[in-house]
Amino acid sequence: MGRYVIRRLLQMIPVFVGATLLIFLMVNVMGDPIAGLCGDRKCDPATAAQLRREFGLDKPVWQQYLTYMGNVFTGDFGTAFNGQEVTELMASAFPVTIRLTIVAILFEIVIGITFGVVTGLRRGRPVDTGVLLTTLVVISVPTFVTGLLLQLLLGVEWGWISPSVSSDAPFGELIVPGLVLASVSLAYVTRLTRTSIAENARGDYVRTAVAKGLPRHRVIRKHLLRNSLIPVVTFIGTDIGALMGGAIVTERIFNIHGVGYQLYQGILRQNTQTVVGFVTVLVLVFLVANLLVDLLYAVLDPRIRYA
Amino acid sequence: MRGATHARWAAGAVAVALAATGCGGGDSGGSSGGGDSGAVLSSSWGDPQNPLEPANTNEVQGGKVLDMIFRGLKRYNAKTGAAEDMLAEKIETTDSQNFTITVKDGWTFSNGEKVTAKSFVDAWNYGASLKNNQKNAYFFEYIQGYDKVHPSDGSKQTADTLSGLKVVDDRTFTVALTQKFSTFPDTLGYNAYVPLPQSFFTDHKAWLAKPVGNGPYAVDSYTKGSQLSVRKWDGYPGEDKAQNGGVDLKVYTDNNTAYTDLLAGNLDLVDDVPAAQLKNVQADLGDRYINTPAGIIQTLSFPFYDKAWNKPGSEKVREGLSRAIDRDQITDTIFQKTRTPATDWTSPVLGEDGGYKEGLCGDACEYDADAAKKLVKEGGGLPGGQVKITYNADTGSHKQWVDAVCNSINNALDNDQACVGNPVGTFADYRNQITERKMSGPFRAGWQMDYPLIQNFLQPLYYTNASSNDGKWSNADFDKLVNEANAEEDTAKAVQKFQQAEEVVRDNMAAIPLWYQNGSAGYSQRLSNVSLNPFSVPVYDQIKVS
Repeated sequence: MGRYVIRRLLQMIPVFVGATLLIFLMVNVMGDPIAGLCGDRKCDPATAAQLRREFGLDKPVWQQYLTYMGNVFTGDFGTAFNGQEVTELMASAFPVTIRLTIVAILFEIVIGITFGVVTGLRRGRPVDTGVLLTTLVVISVPTFVTGLLLQLLLGVEWGWISPSVSSDAPFGELIVPGLVLASVSLAYVTRLTRTSIAENARGDYVRTAVAKGLPRHRVIRKHLLRNSLIPVVTFIGTDIGALMGGAIVTERIFNIHGVGYQLYQGILRQNTQTVVGFVTVLVLVFLVANLLVDLLYAVLDPRIRYA
Repeated sequence: MRGATHARWAAGAVAVALAATGCGGGDSGGSSGGGDSGAVLSSSWGDPQNPLEPANTNEVQGGKVLDMIFRGLKRYNAKTGAAEDMLAEKIETTDSQNFTITVKDGWTFSNGEKVTAKSFVDAWNYGASLKNNQKNAYFFEYIQGYDKVHPSDGSKQTADTLSGLKVVDDRTFTVALTQKFSTFPDTLGYNAYVPLPQSFFTDHKAWLAKPVGNGPYAVDSYTKGSQLSVRKWDGYPGEDKAQNGGVDLKVYTDNNTAYTDLLAGNLDLVDDVPAAQLKNVQADLGDRYINTPAGIIQTLSFPFYDKAWNKPGSEKVREGLSRAIDRDQITDTIFQKTRTPATDWTSPVLGEDGGYKEGLCGDACEYDADAAKKLVKEGGGLPGGQVKITYNADTGSHKQWVDAVCNSINNALDNDQACVGNPVGTFADYRNQITERKMSGPFRAGWQMDYPLIQNFLQPLYYTNASSNDGKWSNADFDKLVNEANAEEDTAKAVQKFQQAEEVVRDNMAAIPLWYQNGSAGYSQRLSNVSLNPFSVPVYDQIKVS
């Protein structure tokens, strides 16, 4: 087990370097960011040259990348154009997005898996058809439509919630945005769980468990669910990264000042430091989440052993 | 439990009484007009692009804050745009080149420090100095010694302070310019010229975290990227004291969300109504929507460094294109009348005395398909058979209007291929391509004035090698007239000269004027007396909150 984890951690290094290099190059291809800082006019050439020097933009790209990575390992993620340190931006953005992701994941787990189990056990019944239809609708409607609709109905028409999230972004205000963010994944989790449960319900070990005279809830929880959850766990695990990085739309709609907001602003302003910094952290989140998922397999299915 | 119930009743009674007296106080006060001078309003905001230093803020979001917490020598009247004395007691000159400025007595910063001549001179020196990376440094370029503190070729600066600035005594300083510039005093209302307290220089980091100024508001708290709260400064010595208790500026990523928040009663003031909502705004807000002219003009510039656009007869092609654009229709359908078809190269906010001249463009800005066809043909046809209008596609619904302009040109010239849009992904990339002279045809040019002077609409844009002359247009007649206008001591005569220069722009069609942009804002029922100044910034200090 230990050796497996170490091997996986070592594998992360090339993935990490490759991913950051790619992002770095992509942001660089967009061109010189200084020109965008002066509004609809030409930057004063002397000031522009000085700024370029200060941000290291006058050096060749490979050198910029090496300097940047060197700084990252000492915990210095650089400075954004508005004078704020990127670490400062991260300290304010990540807690918000993590809270939002937690809310979304909870929705996926609680609602998604419950619906999945219920429909999987009652295949072909009205409940099953109803939930399937609903998930179909949720999957086919884009997130921004769901988001704007809920915002307008709950926020403006009925006045149940505030249409935007305050800058502190406590859990209570993140419920509706979290639901919107989770909606599509939630539908997938439901469908995955349903299929998985339906398949395994015919398994020999389930029949044996029933034949042993185990109570029904125990059969479902201990035997059926545990085996059926493996694909679902994979999905949710990879979804953590996707939710954190992909919340741009939801964060914009509800004015949440999280990772998506910083990334969006960073891209618009071609702020290499912000974009690369945030994406680097997101890449790390992805890698760690994937590792955790793989380790979880062993817990869920004793047949899987890592050596 | 009974006691608690009583207490609640008592509190209720006190509240009612307070409300009653509060109301009575407002009535007897008269000037507050029923507004509660202690109440705070919330307003939409965007994250400023640069640190909040006066000489480093060149966009409207940071400008909004500076406008609240600073007062300069002059201030532009929110209605007329005229430059009026604020901290300046008098600005004297005999030759339009050397100025003696006297600062009014009795002004202080909100931290108690006195505003003196030194506060101005230090601030201006800081703004001009290359090592401070101030993006508005060029505002000081006419002051003597600028080439030493800010060498344009990027070589090392040889001085730290401008030799043209001298402190005479506590309240007097002199400014020596490199050339005659009669309207120089009127430019001093710009944010880059405000005074700065000593703490700005001694503890710069702390100052940036919580800026200190001399305006009617003082910064209460500033959480970068999410909210800035200013509160009324009771010790403010000026006459334009704040009529409300303060303003909470909230950062919105998307102006649609801000608008939704306004409808839900979660926000008091939105100063940028999203284009998509313009159709509903009358139904949603009724008379709580304002739409007033701002000092912004949109034009199409041309690459004069490209031979194809700079040969004899090209001006006819340009004029033909101008006549092929149906400005009325586009401003009606796409902008819902939040823009006005342009008939000159300035802005209506200047007023007639300031140099705005309706119809100066004449026929050249009138839509006429036949004339357009004829002019383009006479001019030798479109270069390459097609014009590509380049624009940045990331903000400001540029795509919609460029497509509409192209449609209009295609229809007028009876040619489906006459015009296409050429989008560029980001604003920075767009600006890069412009500075690197990569434009192959007309390109979008927006100009927001720095100060309400006709000079500001002409010289930076069309003077040979001027800072924002992106098309590199150059015309000796124009340059000569601008020089003469700047040397003219009588304002009315100077304006006339500038208008003559503008006629040169017209005769050559150096840029096609499209439309004047309006500022728009919507507000909640709590507010009254809301207006926008010519820079499309809400006049916060006059807003009354009930």
